[in-house]
Amino acid sequence: MRSDPADYELIAPGKLQTVVQLLAEEPGKWLPIAGGTDIMVQYSAGKLPARKLVSIWNLPELRTVEISPNEITIGAACTYTQLREHNIIASEFPMLASAARWTGGIANQNRGTLGGNIVNASPAADSLPALLAYEAELILLSIRGERRVPYLGFHTGYKKMNLAPDELIRAIGLRRQFSGYLHYARKVGARNAQAISKVCIAALGRLRRHNGLDAVGNMIEGVRIAVGSVAPIPIRLTDVERTVTGKSIEPELVQLARKAAAAAIQPIDDIRSTARYRAAVTGNLVAEFLQQLRDQGKTA
Amino acid sequence: MSDQRIIGKSVPRKEGRDKVTGAARYIDDMTLPGMLYGATVRSQIPRGIIKKISFARQFDWGEFVVVTAKDIPGKNCIALIGDDQPCLADGKIDHPEEPIVLLAHADPHLLRKAVDAVTIECEPLPAIFTMEESEARTEIIWGTDNTFKTFLISKGDVDSVWCTADFIVEGEYTTGAQEQLYIENNGVIAAFDPQQGITVWGSLQCPYYVHKALMVLCALKEDKVRVVQMETGGAFGGKEDYPSIIAGHAALLAMKSARPVKIIYDRTEDMTATTKRHPSRTRHRTAVSKDGKILGGEIDFTIDGGAYATLSSVVLSRGTIHAGGPYYWPNVRIRGKAVATNMPPHGAFRGFGAPQSLFAMERHMDRIAQTVGLSPVEIRRRNFLQPGQTTTTEQTIREEIDLSKLLDRALELSNYTAKKKRFAQENQTGPMKKGIGIATFLHGAGFTGSGERYLASVVGVDGCADGTVRVLVSSTEFGQGTNTVLCQIAAEALDLPYDDVRIAQPDTNQVPNSGPTVASRTAMVVGNLVRSAALGIKQALIADGLLSDKYSPEEFRAACKHHIAKRGVLRSIARYDPPPGVFWDDEKYRGEAYATFAWAVYVAEVAVDLSTYSATVKDFVALQEVGKVLHPILAKGQIIGGVAQGIGFAIYEKVVWQNGRMHNGQMTNYIMPTSADLPKIRVFFEELGNVHGAYGAKGIGELPMDGPAPAIVNAIEDALGARFDSIPLLPEDIFETVFADGVR
Amino acid sequence: MTVPMSVPSERRGKCEIALVVNGRRENVRVYPMERLLDVLRHELNLTGAKEGCGEGECGSCSVLMNGELVNSCLIPALQAADAEITTIEGLAAESQLSALQSAFLECGGAQCGICTPGMILAARHLLNKNPEPNSDEIREALSGNLCRCTGYVQIVEAVAQAARHRSSE
Repeated sequence: MRSDPADYELIAPGKLQTVVQLLAEEPGKWLPIAGGTDIMVQYSAGKLPARKLVSIWNLPELRTVEISPNEITIGAACTYTQLREHNIIASEFPMLASAARWTGGIANQNRGTLGGNIVNASPAADSLPALLAYEAELILLSIRGERRVPYLGFHTGYKKMNLAPDELIRAIGLRRQFSGYLHYARKVGARNAQAISKVCIAALGRLRRHNGLDAVGNMIEGVRIAVGSVAPIPIRLTDVERTVTGKSIEPELVQLARKAAAAAIQPIDDIRSTARYRAAVTGNLVAEFLQQLRDQGKTA
Repeated sequence: MSDQRIIGKSVPRKEGRDKVTGAARYIDDMTLPGMLYGATVRSQIPRGIIKKISFARQFDWGEFVVVTAKDIPGKNCIALIGDDQPCLADGKIDHPEEPIVLLAHADPHLLRKAVDAVTIECEPLPAIFTMEESEARTEIIWGTDNTFKTFLISKGDVDSVWCTADFIVEGEYTTGAQEQLYIENNGVIAAFDPQQGITVWGSLQCPYYVHKALMVLCALKEDKVRVVQMETGGAFGGKEDYPSIIAGHAALLAMKSARPVKIIYDRTEDMTATTKRHPSRTRHRTAVSKDGKILGGEIDFTIDGGAYATLSSVVLSRGTIHAGGPYYWPNVRIRGKAVATNMPPHGAFRGFGAPQSLFAMERHMDRIAQTVGLSPVEIRRRNFLQPGQTTTTEQTIREEIDLSKLLDRALELSNYTAKKKRFAQENQTGPMKKGIGIATFLHGAGFTGSGERYLASVVGVDGCADGTVRVLVSSTEFGQGTNTVLCQIAAEALDLPYDDVRIAQPDTNQVPNSGPTVASRTAMVVGNLVRSAALGIKQALIADGLLSDKYSPEEFRAACKHHIAKRGVLRSIARYDPPPGVFWDDEKYRGEAYATFAWAVYVAEVAVDLSTYSATVKDFVALQEVGKVLHPILAKGQIIGGVAQGIGFAIYEKVVWQNGRMHNGQMTNYIMPTSADLPKIRVFFEELGNVHGAYGAKGIGELPMDGPAPAIVNAIEDALGARFDSIPLLPEDIFETVFADGVR
Repeated sequence: MTVPMSVPSERRGKCEIALVVNGRRENVRVYPMERLLDVLRHELNLTGAKEGCGEGECGSCSVLMNGELVNSCLIPALQAADAEITTIEGLAAESQLSALQSAFLECGGAQCGICTPGMILAARHLLNKNPEPNSDEIREALSGNLCRCTGYVQIVEAVAQAARHRSSE
């Protein structure tokens, strides 16, 4: 344990409004801590720069999942376990539920939160590609009220984001519009559990029926492909999406998609893996997604 | 013997209950009044001259206990085999994380800050980090030629076989460092009293190794040093010699301050500063006839010992002797060499050189098979040692081991033939490539050659006033069930209930030196001594007229009580007696290297996912002949656990080095398998007995480490049709070797 | 040279925290950022939870907090205020071992024992949620608890045996 608890302040006001007030009074001075599964690791390693922390663990306003006909709103401090066990998330947003299942072990899933994953902004974060693919929106809260921003574009660079010093994420909104889609997600890590991802993909797509027939010639539509661990922030492969939209899935198209994917990403060599490996695997997973989409068309 | 009551049964573990209730006391669970915490200031560079040690002004250093090399009362070395390793660096640095200054304080948090406030100014010197750089000798970092030790095994006339060979098969195989990763980090508490001397409690395998090292370091006589083993959370060799260092550090702080001092490493310090498995490089050149028989060959086996000699000569010895595998070599020349680099010294890890050289041998056998056009099964069958033949060191195989039959059984258990055929078919389509591979091997139990004689182990058994019996050994339990097995043996020998036998905590004040808990010798060698000593109790009671040759437990208890009431003590001592007919020539490195070998055939089934290039072990069969299974559940547990570590060695565990320092010294970044990564490892035993082992037992602790890596890599080659000669074999390596050029 | 006997306890910043541990009400005076693991081990002398890594990877510090498995090395004490904690010491009723503890003993689920307290609690957490898990479910549930000794097979057997025992009660 390489930090001295005496050097840190941690308060737990117990009310969201009080936290918001505090962040307004001393912007940038208080670090919100939810489940702590990232912050406490840094703390234990003696690498936590913040000295004042405010607990947002277990604030009821941040842990509810609201369901309305067109949208669900997930409180930012919902844990991965909550995501896994919520039947609407599991059935309508299975890639988010998978990401939750792939994060850490059970003990970390019971404490890690979706909002924490976003704000910690590790390029390898497991849930973020799913949020990109599902075109999530973030509801940000400050003393000035709430604002809603698309998740796409929230991250502006490595650990930089569109979040004011006095703001926190209150909730994540997801539109319930993805039934009938193929939801394809994979995490590639060094082992089957408790691994930081080397490549992480979440993709959606469906086939437009051509004249109502399910024959070869079905065309791709509604495709969204998001990847993590291959750039400083999780990214949508918009060039790949453009390349395949409106086309039918043939081997040549898959080749083009691979090329577009390779060009769109900036993987690096790091302690876990290599740039070349990450690039190759990304291409493979994009190809696998397209193949599954095509196969879905055949059996549908 | 089927009429054994306790041997061969899975009796409840003596040490078991405490472990499942949280009552087991590991060193960090212990505190002493007035105790200080100790910490170590370590070098940040791999090699250099220490110019100045500065202590930052904002600390009141008067509050701290500060120890450097000049405070050492005795000799500044960790006494082991050679004495080249300093306890604290004195003027020069030879590896990253080398200990230089020790600090102690009552506040562990302040202590942590104080460590960061000590600055070591150095003049760096060129450092070397690979065996090749060491061999090049452009930089001499140890001795005159960077070489800790060499061995030469020479049998027959190798030079004459090359011209008669139909094939000459060459290969080079490498293995990386591996971290033992016991879940409990290294830790000790030391206390000093001017009258009684030093006492150390710790997480350790060999109390008497620590005892000897402290005598030398602290200039104390044998009765002024006491070492006590606490419950130990895993060791695997990583706590064989390393504890002498951490104990020495705590002892120096305790002596200087006259206060007890606890040093517990955190995970990063443990991973970066302590020992690992020796990296290795083996070169094979083999003359083979067209019907696949080995005519002869040369084997060059080199290991990287790190900065100081420590145990490298012994690791080298075992690796060199095992380099030829379970095969008949009519002619062979095996050169073993241990070289120095500027890394923290490498040390013992389950298998101790054999996993390294056997990896090479078993990969090479598959290479030979391909070259000759035979199957991996057939090539082995044609070269297996037969009873009456001699090993590479010219040891005659005297037991009736039938390796061909063992192989057949393993093939059947793993459904090898059918699977190999099916996989070849299925691999033509689909994103998963499956393969199946085998490894056949042996492991010599006990110390090599004259080692056991040199150890001269002593064991005691006491009859107690309450009629129970107590076993006295310095052999330690750290998960393998030492306490249980030794009590089983004593109970069986004395015909007593298992519950009537206890075992003393290993405390050098209380127990004799039964040798280190290493080399898979505890059940076999120490167990045999326990048996003798136990029988000695019986003899004493019979001689005293208190017991007849056949007796009930009640009669035994009464006799015990009676004897003690009369004479005060009932103790039987047994000393190691080298078995007759076992000769080892240390000069020529020839003869009976081990009293006995255990034999094994392992079969691994793997699946490689072509989209991620990841290999997973899907099924694993571990079949071994082990003499006698003393405790089925414990024995099975040892094999499964060893196989799991072997799987890690093969495809998960990579030490990433940066300038001689382990860069991935966190559990997040050093990848050992979780329960979600491993298959249900299937274990099977055969029992041929062993005249040299207690109740016929052979050592089994390390055997399971030797087979998994080559079996798995053989399987991956079977799946992909590509050669891999290096472990750890990670997905990135599979990608680069097989697919990189072909990536669209 | 004077070495102080202890750390002054009247430092600015400590707070009173009340929690229930193994059914007992406890009050501790600690820094809010003290790790729950250290509170259990040093303030309450419950040394069953262990520190294997300090980074939430090995699970040897795991305890149940309000019925959920958590890594106590990653929980600041303040966030455990008013929580109900169960440690390994709380599992055996009086001197009788729980079904899990007995099964671990019988099946060889513990070798060196250092991962065992956390492993048993992880298993208990699983069986509370899923009383009849298959072996894949057991392996997934325990994948956050690293064991270096056993290779997991006998642990999985122990959990399956305990599940059968509990379901037949």
